[in-house]
Amino acid sequence: MVQPLNRFRETPSQTAGPYVHIGMTPNFCGIEGAYAQDLGALMVNGKTQGERITVRARVFDGTGTPLRDALIEIWQADAAGLYNSPSEMRGAADPNFSGWGRKATDMESGECIFETIRPGRVPFRDGRMQAPHISFWIVARGINLGLHTRMYFPEEEAANAADPLLARIEHRSRVPTLIAARADDGAYVFDIHLQGEHETVFLDV
Amino acid sequence: MDADPLSNRRPETGAFFQRDLGWHAPAFTPGYKTSVLRSPQKALLSLDNTITEITGPVFGHNILGELDNDLIHNFARPGESAIGPRIIVHGRVIDERGRGVPNVLLEFWQANAGGRYRHRKEGYLAALDPNFGGCGRTITDEDGNYAFRTVQPGPYPWPNGVNDWRPAHIHFSVFGHGFAQRLITQMYFEGDPMIWQCPIVRTIPDHAAIETLIAALDRQATIPMDARAYKFDIVLRGRRSSMFENRMEGN
Ligand SMILES: [Fe+3]
Repeated sequence: MVQPLNRFRETPSQTAGPYVHIGMTPNFCGIEGAYAQDLGALMVNGKTQGERITVRARVFDGTGTPLRDALIEIWQADAAGLYNSPSEMRGAADPNFSGWGRKATDMESGECIFETIRPGRVPFRDGRMQAPHISFWIVARGINLGLHTRMYFPEEEAANAADPLLARIEHRSRVPTLIAARADDGAYVFDIHLQGEHETVFLDV
Repeated sequence: MDADPLSNRRPETGAFFQRDLGWHAPAFTPGYKTSVLRSPQKALLSLDNTITEITGPVFGHNILGELDNDLIHNFARPGESAIGPRIIVHGRVIDERGRGVPNVLLEFWQANAGGRYRHRKEGYLAALDPNFGGCGRTITDEDGNYAFRTVQPGPYPWPNGVNDWRPAHIHFSVFGHGFAQRLITQMYFEGDPMIWQCPIVRTIPDHAAIETLIAALDRQATIPMDARAYKFDIVLRGRRSSMFENRMEGN
């Protein structure tokens, strides 16, 4: 016999279901008065440092239909490449930038819009710099365990080419699934495909 | 964000333990029909955490309103309350190492006592309760403890099979300290035979894993002449000690 490790096992995930908005964005779905504002609705204020950007995201199912009942959270570094988190030991992040946003996809168009800033670069585990990126977490009816992925920027060609995470993608034809497009109005458009030819690279992190 | 100034805990910076994907439901679970077209089919890209996944926002108790942890009253007209069996749900958020996790944001949502959600997509015949909204939230204390007050939700039918019903349940969103710790789950009630008939519950392959989602009736915490209590503990991913980690910043 040996000593037991006495570890516990993570609580199993269950789908967020069709009514995720009631709990996580109640004002969005008409339950007003419970909370003053939906959490994560605003990421920036007038004093936030950095270049303002708009990210429009959609999530498509296996038929190419956008999900109209998904919920997306994003997490990113500030303009200087620091996270607004107690676990950030490299310095103090911009106090006027939360780094975290939460949006429900529109019940008609399936789109959700994040008004944020361009993130700075942060290091990989071995010290190499990663390309600028935004972390995405997607939950919805029919998704049993929340999906992690990342959005990278199309004009960062050199940084993307040297990015340690992107370099780990075996099938190079799938790398573009993590790189946003740029719309005529300057917004970044990030289409996430749950299945099919353009299935997004999801992360087990 | 600043760490809690009253706490002498040092923020943790280690990577999270690898997630046991065989313990969770797989993505493709045809008994739960909606998963068929919403499940990734290619392998996930597995990667030890970078600082992006190790960090996450922390929420201060100052975001909470006085009634946020009281679903019986947070949507009710003054002097009125939601209809249904009054319960307290309480428990502790720990990680896989057994340590209490403080400052975890817990958000919950549920149907009313009749099994009806306050949502425009809801199609069940059961009546809305004008005094019940169905959402609440709280933040764990220094030891990881939490509690809230609500009414016990009813079971409800849903379009999957011709006659599928969800057992009574409360949805939980759990926000730990790192973005990779993010979790959504559902709590069920001890003694409900419908748990084992539910296609969503049955997406989880392991019987023992499902049992960890069933809250126990806690007669010791029950408040006489007021509310019964159910105890529901939640386990988040543990993390390695950063003492032996390779240096994050390199150089
Ligand atoms: Fe439900």
